[in-house]
Amino acid sequence: MKFALSPRLLLGIFLVLALIAPLVLPAFHITLMNYIGLYALVALGLVLLTGVGGLTSFGQAAFVGLGAYTTAVLSTQFGASPWLGLLAGIAITLGIAFILGALTLRLSGHYLPLGTIAWGISLYFLFGTMETLGGHTGLSGIPPIAIFGWALDEGQEIFYLILFFLLLAMLATSNLLDSRAGRAIRALKGGRVMAEAMGVNTLHSRMTIFLIAAVFACISGWLYAHMQRLVNPTPFGLHSGIEYLFMAVVGGAGSVWGALIGAGVITILKQWLQDWLPQLLGQSGNFETIIFGVMMILMLQYARDGIWPFLTKLVPVKKQPKAIDPHAAALPRRSFPTHGELILDAKEVTRQFGGLIANNKMNLIVHAGEILALIGPNGAGKSTMFNQISGVDTPTSGEIRFLGQNVTGMNSRAIAGMGMSRTFQHVKLLPTMTVLENVAIGAHRRGTKGVFAAAAHTERAEEASLLAEAARQLERVGLGDYLHVEAGSLALGQQRILEIARALCSDPCLLLLDEPAAGLRYREKQALGDLIKKLKAEGMAILLVEHDMDFVMGLVDRVVVMEFGEKIAEGLPEEVQKNPAVLEAYLGGVE
Amino acid sequence: MDLQIALILGQDGITNGAIYALLALALVLVFAVTRVIFIPQGEFVAYGALTMATLQTGTAPATIWLLLVLGSAVSLLDGMQAVRTKRNDRLIKILLWNLAYPLILIAILFLLPLAKLPMLVQMILTLAVIVPMGPMLYRLVYQPLADASVLILLILSVALHLSMVGLGLLFFGAEGQRTPAFSEASFDVGALTVSGQTLVVVFTSLACIAALYFFFERSLYGKALRATAINRVGARLMGIRPALAGKITFLVATLIGAFSGVLIAPITTIYYDTGFLIGLKGFVAAIIGGLASYPLAALGALLVGLLEAFSSFWASEYKEVIVFTLIIPVLLWRSLKSTHVEDEE
Repeated sequence: MKFALSPRLLLGIFLVLALIAPLVLPAFHITLMNYIGLYALVALGLVLLTGVGGLTSFGQAAFVGLGAYTTAVLSTQFGASPWLGLLAGIAITLGIAFILGALTLRLSGHYLPLGTIAWGISLYFLFGTMETLGGHTGLSGIPPIAIFGWALDEGQEIFYLILFFLLLAMLATSNLLDSRAGRAIRALKGGRVMAEAMGVNTLHSRMTIFLIAAVFACISGWLYAHMQRLVNPTPFGLHSGIEYLFMAVVGGAGSVWGALIGAGVITILKQWLQDWLPQLLGQSGNFETIIFGVMMILMLQYARDGIWPFLTKLVPVKKQPKAIDPHAAALPRRSFPTHGELILDAKEVTRQFGGLIANNKMNLIVHAGEILALIGPNGAGKSTMFNQISGVDTPTSGEIRFLGQNVTGMNSRAIAGMGMSRTFQHVKLLPTMTVLENVAIGAHRRGTKGVFAAAAHTERAEEASLLAEAARQLERVGLGDYLHVEAGSLALGQQRILEIARALCSDPCLLLLDEPAAGLRYREKQALGDLIKKLKAEGMAILLVEHDMDFVMGLVDRVVVMEFGEKIAEGLPEEVQKNPAVLEAYLGGVE
Repeated sequence: MDLQIALILGQDGITNGAIYALLALALVLVFAVTRVIFIPQGEFVAYGALTMATLQTGTAPATIWLLLVLGSAVSLLDGMQAVRTKRNDRLIKILLWNLAYPLILIAILFLLPLAKLPMLVQMILTLAVIVPMGPMLYRLVYQPLADASVLILLILSVALHLSMVGLGLLFFGAEGQRTPAFSEASFDVGALTVSGQTLVVVFTSLACIAALYFFFERSLYGKALRATAINRVGARLMGIRPALAGKITFLVATLIGAFSGVLIAPITTIYYDTGFLIGLKGFVAAIIGGLASYPLAALGALLVGLLEAFSSFWASEYKEVIVFTLIIPVLLWRSLKSTHVEDEE
């Protein structure tokens, strides 16, 4: 087997090097390392926000400034302790980031960066004009941070404090990503509709990572102010905000180590270019931006994942498969409706897209413990109907009742929470996550532990139960051998089965399956049929859209046939097969 | 404040608003067709203004060398592709536009007595230098990633902006420039003195908007762009090449940007990095229009211009803060309107 570092060993090597460095290196290098540490802390927030969450902010430098100025004002003008400055800075940062997030996070992804550009510029001008903040000269005479009376006023002393915060942030981030809340965050990039249908509040997850990124930036600013002992607006402008983003992207926006690598590379390169370019060009000015811009464009074009993946190719880091504890406590189950009870009742559901009527006065009922097939030619409006039932789409008119409650216009998250789960016609999964983790997203609503518990990893008991449940459902659908492979590497048919396992993980009483048998081989179809029958026997109601008539006819209790958005027939499979309207819809009439 | 001052501020606001409107229209256009949030638009404003100012001092602007470098890069990439795919007929066209054109332009700029030329000719030369950079940059920066997410395209834009600001400093130095007015005339309308410059700006802006309207309504290329904006895949199936649509869009946007720079240079002192703020004000207007509606964006631009003019009177130090804070109520309004979760493109 090829040599590979374990993540623990990697961390150990880094720690030893970092602890020894200040003892042997000259002051200049320590200062440089301090800066790298401070920048890495900000870049780490962006790794979470951009690399993992698919959002971005150009205003991180403004949050750094907020942290720096808050503690500067409190400690120089009110004589407050730097630690009080840290708390106040975090509180103000959270407040402002929350407002910015509340304004932009509901909108498409590009509104957050645009909003943060405007915010970054506004704050920069505010720092420069407000008298109490010292205008463009800034504030000086900031005291050093003291720990139990020991003032950290030397470069190598504050180095250890910066290292402490950086490691804490890296640990919290990687813990968070490996948890229930973390899976919800990792689903943000490219899987929001799916995540909402699995009961994840994606707005909440987006807000969480934006707040975390802002707080990391604020802490960096606090450390900066007490290291420099003076602040002025210059390092908090928009261009610094852009540079932080570059660090995250250059290092590798998908990995916590990427932040450190990116901060190191950009900081050292900047130092070098600032010395060298003005000499070459015979002018003074910040010409390194030219190189950074071009470098960034080339990186995005040729190596979008940054430097970190190249390093892990040189020195591989082991990926340890998640241990599954078979003795983990079983998750609580919901109480099921009694067999034969009416659980889904759609009345006169109409959906118009502009001039096109996709569903016209559709009626449909499903009872507990029943399998209903919704069939019809392509474009009949079956998936639109599915989307409306599951809350992904809202009917133009009509009413949908689930378990006796009117759910028309409710969001898919709430409906999922009531016990309806679904699969998608076009498979929606997260290809780079493992099969096990993908399926565990389905159990999101059955866990309760939040971000703080995840960051501290105090929720391991619940996490073990969630993973055990996911593994159990995967065994049940026949994917037990694939728990730890990337979901994207499965065949399409298997990916559909994965979606069923994910839906089952939410412990549903109504399961919506959108073309589950498409892409399956004969034996796989038989196994799927057996599974569906078993679920029915347990009392689950199943509504399925399917094209494979052989599969449908031997399996289901009742059939509803749609054409051009309307119901044209309903009844037992044998009856429907003989219905002239159905024959005409499928085979074409005799002219 | 009396009526006199209010009228003067209003006039300032409308003049700047007209320019922001032009920029906002270009930004909406670029976003609709290519999904690119065109942050570097502001740099084209600055490049336009400063190239014009350099021409008027009688020296050839350094931007011409950038044009040559960009053209050479495009020639190399497209030329290699043409040779590889055995489309040698294309090679001549590629070299003509990307290599011969900058070289001829350099010759012209070094031969002509630039400072003595009429202002209109100086303006045309300025546009001739700056505008071809748009499609070239599209080819070099955006086209290889045309199918990437809006987020990646935005980061590209920001990177390009950063490079262009640095180059601006290298080309034009840190000194600001202001060009002479197009017209020294002024007219008295009641209590108000309307300057000829204001009239030139407002009328040319209106003419540009009208020209854009006819371009999109009447010309084949305009219709192709509209089709691409509405449905990219559908337009591609109808034989509209996305790369071509992107290049034309960037051509139009750069033309608007550089022309706005020429228009604004007599009104405000332009530094190498001023363009960014001007461009962002266009963005505030475009965001008011939801990055989709042209008339709303134009109205937003007028609002931004007026707000800026009046806040520079009441609280001049906080002028920028006030203008950029304007997007908060706009975002709030948009945010309250949006309900459904969608996957990002």
